[in-house]
Amino acid sequence: MAVVIVDYGMGNLRSVQKALVRVGVASEISSDPRVAAAATGLVLPGVGAFKDAMQRLKASHLDEVVRQHLAADRPFLGICLGMQLLFASSTEDGSHPGLGVLAGRVIRFPSVPGCKVPHMGWNTIRPGQPPGPWHDLVEPTWMYFVHGYYCEPEPNPSLSLLLCDYAGVSFCAGLARSRMLAVQFHPEKSQGAGQYILHKFATLC
Amino acid sequence: MLAKRLIPCLDIALGRVVKGVHFQNLRDAGDPVEVARHYEEEGADELVFLDISASHEGRDTMLDVVRRVAEECYMPLTVGGGIRSVEDATRLIQAGAEKVSLNTTAVLRPEVVSQIARRFGSCATVVNIDPKRVPLPEVGGPDVEASWIGPAASWAGYVVPLSAHRPGQVWWQVHIQGGRAPTGKEALSWAREVEQLGAGEIILTSMDADGTRNGYDLEMTRAVAGAVGIPVVASGGAGTPEHLHAALTEGLADAVLAASMFHFQEYSIAACKRYLADRGVCVRL
Repeated sequence: MAVVIVDYGMGNLRSVQKALVRVGVASEISSDPRVAAAATGLVLPGVGAFKDAMQRLKASHLDEVVRQHLAADRPFLGICLGMQLLFASSTEDGSHPGLGVLAGRVIRFPSVPGCKVPHMGWNTIRPGQPPGPWHDLVEPTWMYFVHGYYCEPEPNPSLSLLLCDYAGVSFCAGLARSRMLAVQFHPEKSQGAGQYILHKFATLC
Repeated sequence: MLAKRLIPCLDIALGRVVKGVHFQNLRDAGDPVEVARHYEEEGADELVFLDISASHEGRDTMLDVVRRVAEECYMPLTVGGGIRSVEDATRLIQAGAEKVSLNTTAVLRPEVVSQIARRFGSCATVVNIDPKRVPLPEVGGPDVEASWIGPAASWAGYVVPLSAHRPGQVWWQVHIQGGRAPTGKEALSWAREVEQLGAGEIILTSMDADGTRNGYDLEMTRAVAGAVGIPVVASGGAGTPEHLHAALTEGLADAVLAASMFHFQEYSIAACKRYLADRGVCVRL
């Protein structure tokens, strides 16, 4: 099986699998680190708490599988918590280390009058500089977000960012580096617009 | 900019969409999958399913409905009704629900809200609050007195002096069990409490307005939305696009929920969104 959706007990994976089928990618849902290690493409989804998710990844040795997969520059798609986990640490419920693939941290949105947290609903995304693979994004593109914390990567010219504005912050809504893609929003829940991201992943696989 | 959301609500009983007035006189309004697909095409921002059958048989049917809808629709789904434990929530989320919504259980066993929030995050944890206006007794009980005179709530530059809005005639009492049982809890303080427990969103249904199509309870929506830092979905009473607009502006709601207004196809979601956009409300078109 070429593409594996990593199942580490953090939510619903069927909609991700179904959405991938729409862009022509067949995938297997697996919690087995050996199956994941053999995958050419890996999808890391996830909802829930950062700390809990890291513990589950570690307990099943999937953390090492993800790191090695990325070190080998194989196709990867992180979704929501699956993007946040790539970073060095998160301040959600204390301070917790992540996979440490990317320098930076995951922090909570500031309290701003009129901006409720979690950031919940549809918002528009735009490419950062350099646009990299996001150069063909048609604006406005609406994506579905549901998160109280966001990724703050350390400045890195090799990362091509997608940006979104909320609570006075232009935050990192997505990133790409070589064959690694990760997004904060849910492409599998973003109706037609979500296919833009899934298609990018499909072309890497 | 974050868009205001339009959310059709589907009351589900034994695998069918139903609609009644004041939770009674239920009428059949179609197959959930067909209705969901129709709303997705119209541009609905999310869907809410409420299982109102509240039986074991109903719950199994509900899981099947969620599974089928999640396979057919690429949009977020909130499911409520009869969720009593983390296990119930887990089954629904694994079936394809983005969020689960608690009502009766949140009041009777508040720790379940926290447990679900810890397991799946606040983002997946919604609490339904169903208040009803209740006349204040001549000699108010101490709880009521303390809560309705409570501090002014402010949000988005608005200041809502609660005592000014409710000059002693009524208070908003939270009801559970489909609106049948009063709890003695006051809506604003309960809203703040569920936020503390870990809820990431509140669906606020006025029992007085629900099913009437005379408009949302704006006063209550505004007070609750101003009292908490999490999104509030206005629910109960929507009959026209004007009502949606009022809830999203005057009512300070982050999203509006409606059922019969959309079910019987008097107004399409697309038409409502255009109406809102023409009046300066940020919606996803």
